[in-house]
Amino acid sequence: MKTKTEVMKMDLSNIHKKRNHKHENHFQYGQRNMWTGLLLGLGVVAFIDEVVFHQLLHWHHFYDKSTTNIGLVSDGLFHAFSFFATIGSAFLLADLHRKHGFWVQRWLAGIFLGAGAFQLYDGIIQHKLMKLHQIRYHVNIIPYDIVWNVIASILIVIGIVLLVKTNQQQR
Amino acid sequence: MSLHSQHEGFSDFVQFLIVFPFLISLIAYLGAVIYSNRYKKRWSNFRTICWILGHICIIVTFVGPFAELAHLNFSAHMIAHLLFGMLAPLLIALAAPITLLLRSIPVKMARCISSILKKRYFAFVRNPIVASILNIGGLWLLYTTSLFYMMHESSFLFILIHAHIFLAGYIFTVAFIYIDPTPHPFSYIFRSIVLLIALSAHSILSKYIYANPLNHVPAIQAEMGAMIMYYGGDLIEIGLVYLLFYQWYKSTRHATSTIALLSK
Repeated sequence: MKTKTEVMKMDLSNIHKKRNHKHENHFQYGQRNMWTGLLLGLGVVAFIDEVVFHQLLHWHHFYDKSTTNIGLVSDGLFHAFSFFATIGSAFLLADLHRKHGFWVQRWLAGIFLGAGAFQLYDGIIQHKLMKLHQIRYHVNIIPYDIVWNVIASILIVIGIVLLVKTNQQQR
Repeated sequence: MSLHSQHEGFSDFVQFLIVFPFLISLIAYLGAVIYSNRYKKRWSNFRTICWILGHICIIVTFVGPFAELAHLNFSAHMIAHLLFGMLAPLLIALAAPITLLLRSIPVKMARCISSILKKRYFAFVRNPIVASILNIGGLWLLYTTSLFYMMHESSFLFILIHAHIFLAGYIFTVAFIYIDPTPHPFSYIFRSIVLLIALSAHSILSKYIYANPLNHVPAIQAEMGAMIMYYGGDLIEIGLVYLLFYQWYKSTRHATSTIALLSK
């Protein structure tokens, strides 16, 4: 028969083990953490774009007369993808927590990369190459474009730095 | 609006013809719930409420002041489309009618029905790609050709198209979200990719309607209707995507616990 104190000691060591266990898998799920963040980053930027620039400021148009067919397709695809990614990443994150594999830095790296990549894609390909819509209408657009794409590049750089840092930790 | 002037005469009867089967199914479901609660297992209240709400969506679309408005105004028509073609099928799928049916009828008959549901035809229609083409493809056909105009001219077409919209909406829902017993399930990855493409096609169609208003529909109404289809569609689509991922999350729990057991 175990004494009461022995049982208590065992409980304590179990708690201790569990605490260590909490993040012990995070190296194993490094890639998964990054992709989960990436999807969320994409979704969040698309959401900000929709709410701030379309609905609150009315800088973007729902449709402007010059939009091409390929522009419509690309816009529709990214619109659907953004909320798909947001919901999906929330469940992937819950799954990582369940597996004790959440790694906040790696996840943040993904968020910055996803957010920056989406904004750069929007700023260069959708705005400039496909001419789907512009950031704003009836103004000198160049300063807006520069600010937009520079912010996107900064986000990507932060993402890459975090990614490199976490890669070094992994080794 | 001029295009509906001839239509007023048959609308009451036509609308009754569409609503009648749903009234029957509403009563039959409630009867089956009472039967199941009394003699078999308790049936979930959530599912019963989904069924009732789904049927309210359908009845509101075809009977009463809103139904009148939906004939005259394209924006109201789009709200009706969201209620009848998207929200009602989702709620009705969530109510798990097949499970309830199989539970409330004699075992022999239930076996017979489940073997029918396993037939190749049903497996074919429940393929996510086929279901998406039936559903979203049908909408493209309706809103990009003169079919929308013809539908308001002929009561036969009106019934046929509405039957198709509802059935395609239901099949679309059950092709992605498995609530009733599903004989040949598709993988989550496959369903996610097809759903993503189908939802994009819905968004693209909404913007297309904004850019190219249908004949006889005033531009302002078409633009408003397109935005209702785009953002209103999002709300229901978010529900669909949420349910799909939620089912994935629940289904992978078992695998996780096995790994956790092994790693101990």
